Amino acid sequence: MTDAFIYDAARTPRGKGRSDGSLHEVTSLALSARLLNAIKARNNLEGHAVEDVIWGNVTQVKEQGGCLARSAVLASDLDERIPGLSINRFCASGMEAVNLAANQIKGGAGHAYIAGGVEMMGRVAMGSDGAAIAVDPSLAMKSYFVPQGISADIIATEYGFTREQADALALESQKRAAQAWEEGRFAKSIVPVLDQNGLTILDRDEYMRPGTTLDDLAKLKPAFKEMGEMMPGFDKVAMLKYPHLSHIEHIHHAGNSSGIVDGAAAVLIGSKEFGEAHGLKPRARIRATAKIGTDPTIMLTGPVPVTEKILKDSGMAIGDIDLFEVNEAFASVVLRFMQAFEVDHAKVNVNGGAIAMGHPLGATGAIIIGTLLDELERQDKQVGLATLCIASGMGAATIIERV
Amino acid sequence: MTDFTMKTDADGVAVITWDVPGKSMNVLSMDGAATLNGLIDEALADDAVKGIVITSGKRDFAAGMDLNVIAGMKDQGGAQGVFDGVMSLHHILRKIERAGMDPKTLKGGKPIASALPGTALGIGLELPLATHRIFAADNPKARIGLPEIMVGIFPGAGGTTRLVRKLGAMAAAPFLLEGKLSDPKKAKAAGLVDEVVDDPLAAAKAWVLAAKEADLVKPWDAKGYKMPGGEPYHPAGFMTFVGASAMVHARTMGVYPAAKALLSAVYEGAQVPFDQALKIEARWFTNVLMNPSSTAMIRSLFINKEALEKGAKRPGVPDQTVRKLGVLGAGMMGAGIAYVSARAGIEVVLIDATQASADKGKAYSEGLMDKAIGRRKATEEQKAELLARITATTDYAALEGCDLIVEAVFEDPGVKAEVTKKAEAVIPSDAIFATNTSTLPISDLARASARPSQFIGIHFFSPVDKMALVEIIKGRETGPVAVAKALDFVRQIRKTPIVVNDARFFYANRCIIPYINEGIRMVAEGVNPTLIENAAKLMGMPLGPLQLVDETSIDLGVKIAKATRAAMGDAYPDGAVDDVLFWMADQGRMGRKSNSGFYAYDDAGKRQGLWEGLEARFPRAADQPSLQDVQHRLMFAQTLEAVRALEEGVLEDIREGDVGAILGWGFAPWSGGPFGWLDILGAERAVAICDRLAKAHGDRFKAPALLRDMAARRDSFYGRFGAGKKAA
Repeated sequence: MTDAFIYDAARTPRGKGRSDGSLHEVTSLALSARLLNAIKARNNLEGHAVEDVIWGNVTQVKEQGGCLARSAVLASDLDERIPGLSINRFCASGMEAVNLAANQIKGGAGHAYIAGGVEMMGRVAMGSDGAAIAVDPSLAMKSYFVPQGISADIIATEYGFTREQADALALESQKRAAQAWEEGRFAKSIVPVLDQNGLTILDRDEYMRPGTTLDDLAKLKPAFKEMGEMMPGFDKVAMLKYPHLSHIEHIHHAGNSSGIVDGAAAVLIGSKEFGEAHGLKPRARIRATAKIGTDPTIMLTGPVPVTEKILKDSGMAIGDIDLFEVNEAFASVVLRFMQAFEVDHAKVNVNGGAIAMGHPLGATGAIIIGTLLDELERQDKQVGLATLCIASGMGAATIIERV
Repeated sequence: MTDFTMKTDADGVAVITWDVPGKSMNVLSMDGAATLNGLIDEALADDAVKGIVITSGKRDFAAGMDLNVIAGMKDQGGAQGVFDGVMSLHHILRKIERAGMDPKTLKGGKPIASALPGTALGIGLELPLATHRIFAADNPKARIGLPEIMVGIFPGAGGTTRLVRKLGAMAAAPFLLEGKLSDPKKAKAAGLVDEVVDDPLAAAKAWVLAAKEADLVKPWDAKGYKMPGGEPYHPAGFMTFVGASAMVHARTMGVYPAAKALLSAVYEGAQVPFDQALKIEARWFTNVLMNPSSTAMIRSLFINKEALEKGAKRPGVPDQTVRKLGVLGAGMMGAGIAYVSARAGIEVVLIDATQASADKGKAYSEGLMDKAIGRRKATEEQKAELLARITATTDYAALEGCDLIVEAVFEDPGVKAEVTKKAEAVIPSDAIFATNTSTLPISDLARASARPSQFIGIHFFSPVDKMALVEIIKGRETGPVAVAKALDFVRQIRKTPIVVNDARFFYANRCIIPYINEGIRMVAEGVNPTLIENAAKLMGMPLGPLQLVDETSIDLGVKIAKATRAAMGDAYPDGAVDDVLFWMADQGRMGRKSNSGFYAYDDAGKRQGLWEGLEARFPRAADQPSLQDVQHRLMFAQTLEAVRALEEGVLEDIREGDVGAILGWGFAPWSGGPFGWLDILGAERAVAICDRLAKAHGDRFKAPALLRDMAARRDSFYGRFGAGKKAA
């Protein structure tokens, strides 16, 4: 079977996903197109150079609707014979784009793909595309639907994580992200966002709060306590599903959950022949991919079973992995991963994560693959695993290996 | 004689009068619906008719659909029969709503109004909702609403679809999901009716003659209609619907199919045009009706409850209406009995050993009336009248002329014997003497009576003013007049009776005690108490066993255990339970009344979480049972006792076993009661579970011979003993 290699990985800086965020003035289309242009320029992708652009995006309405992938290709400098596929696997959309591209290459369907994603959370609000699982009573009740924040708190309650542990992890994310920026560890990947005149709009992740202290975090009010305990009382739904729990510990808040941001990321994936034809050097092999469905109520435990699956499928053990990226959707997700596999925090999210820098839903999966590869190269390690928890109870993972 | 008749007056208003022959309240049958349909056709086709008013020939408008008819639709035609039946109702009501207008131009219709003289429930409101304007009489006693959810179904003749479109999902929720009823003024404020007037028929006629074409078009039939509060994918509506599922799910513990189906009908219906929404409503209604839970709920909560209240078990003796009641003992129970009796218009003599205690007992009624006045449910005059009916005294001579005595003194045979003698010395020779004991055998107490055939048990549940069930216990020598007296008394105070024979703990307590004990036994085994409590709630029990024993008090549990142990000797099976119960009592944790029990309470007496100290004494077992195992233990502990009560003849009628269980201790109402639950489960499956439980947990779970026999014959309780068939 053909191998699939990563030739390039790039991302925009992440802007605050609010009306005063730096990227708020930029459309999803423009951000996508400019990143595609950067990938094209960095790798000399003239003509019908890639088979497809697979673009992850969660909230596919308004400017992100109508197959944004194809619109982005047409708005970019890429050849119009390159089509475009928008996909949605919630928070793992960007990773699923990469995995789908890699597996198509492995299966012989095309020699190269651009895969990644975008989410302008400040422009197209999360949830504004509707969701039957949340509102259709027949499924909401069958699946014991609760919002993700409640699920994150259920994980904390079920696996015994305290507010202090969650805050400590959040603080570490801030510290690591600040240090990574200070030392220029993201330099290879970051593509500054420029306007149509070449003027810089944003060249640095702006969501970070590097001066955060534990005291600051301790002052924040739990974000999901009211919807859990009062209106509409999601904790009771959780109790129906997990009757051994007497109550839910509401430990998550804005400071130990992922940030709402705008951003995009893209990965260039191709076969060995593609690299040779374009004079490009492969940076890593995509060794394995996996996805799995899990209990939709606790929802965010997917990284554990999907990691077990990807290791088993590829005949590997947890000890074979040098570095991990576990998306910091909520602190408890990462805590649970480290607890389940007994992995050292030193190997996990080495340069911080979504708690510090934000989680542009459709892009994050591609972002963390790029971050993982940069760090493997920096530390001169070989094998890395990236994984994300996913809404509605799913998990996704990718194992990459430097070549 | 037909249910509906029509007469057109000189102004050209056709008045359709609903007046079901031979009934005090109108209920809709399929024949009645067909008659109404014909009259509507006739009036719409008749050029002399300018408009139509639908009203009632009775004091009230209507009590709803005849639930026996609904049950019949299912029995005869299955799902297709129900769906077709419901769609035929939709067709008639939609015809009324459209009133002959052109569906495109919305012109050419005849105005149709409804005039409600009084109560309008269920289809009695769904029909008016299809008309163009609803006039209700200014009658504060009238009840207006859609109570279907209370018997396990939901408004299925367009009431769900129309009310949601009229009020929005959020505002309609209390009426649809809780079955909230309102008086006419509140109904108008909520938007259920349009006008409250002195003479609804005259007002409706006047409106019909003055109505313009635009007045006939329902908002949902007009162009540009938007649902109040937003449909499910409107940003505001989205939040409403997310919350609605969670709240309904939590409130129903996932065990009531009607609330779920109702919500689905609302959600799916909100996204399509009105006529599609009616089809959706009909499909979900059919789905609920085909669910065995709705059959069981209608059977127990409506048909059989009503049958018992109307005297299904009453011996054929002359009327025994109580005129003057003597209540012995003015404690919690006596005071409550005095209150409910005085409220029913009965003259009450309330006796206690000291005047202060007797007065305190009477003051209880005063307190309840003050609360009712505060909630505007009663007036100062009513309070004065009620209190005037109660004589609080220490003097047994005041009992002269009482035709019924209810004794509610301390649970001590000696004390009870003494007051029995003292009362019988005064009361007429044909008076009936009842004891409100919950633990002592009636036949033993009857020995103190000079007239044992006139001696009976009337067991009230606490608090008396809230609990709907009264358990009537026949002693060995109790005669039919005493039974009739007790039943007539229960009817007067508007509660629901069951009649059982005398045996330890009668029926209700006999089933409740094993339920509580099984919960406590699991604590001793190291089962997570949260799992025990939640397992019960997830079966639809209102209180987990540990909360229940906290409410009834732990020292009462200890007392019952000691008495039972003394009576049973070596055969006593509940030593493991006593280890926990006695230890709790030793700690001074007596339950809610001591602000400490299996639960912790704050200083104000508000229940907090389960008491953490429990785990230190009874450490959590490493292997926790499955949810289902815990649920089976808690449910079979109760239901097997009900089966044994039937086998032993303590219970004479499974209808009483089911209705009594739901009203007495809140047994999983969705199941229709213990026998309903076993029928839903199936006897074969029940026996298999019992065999497994008996092997794992002891002989108390051994399937009774009756259940085994039913499994062997693939029989069901209602198949064998249903509708008044005597127990074998």
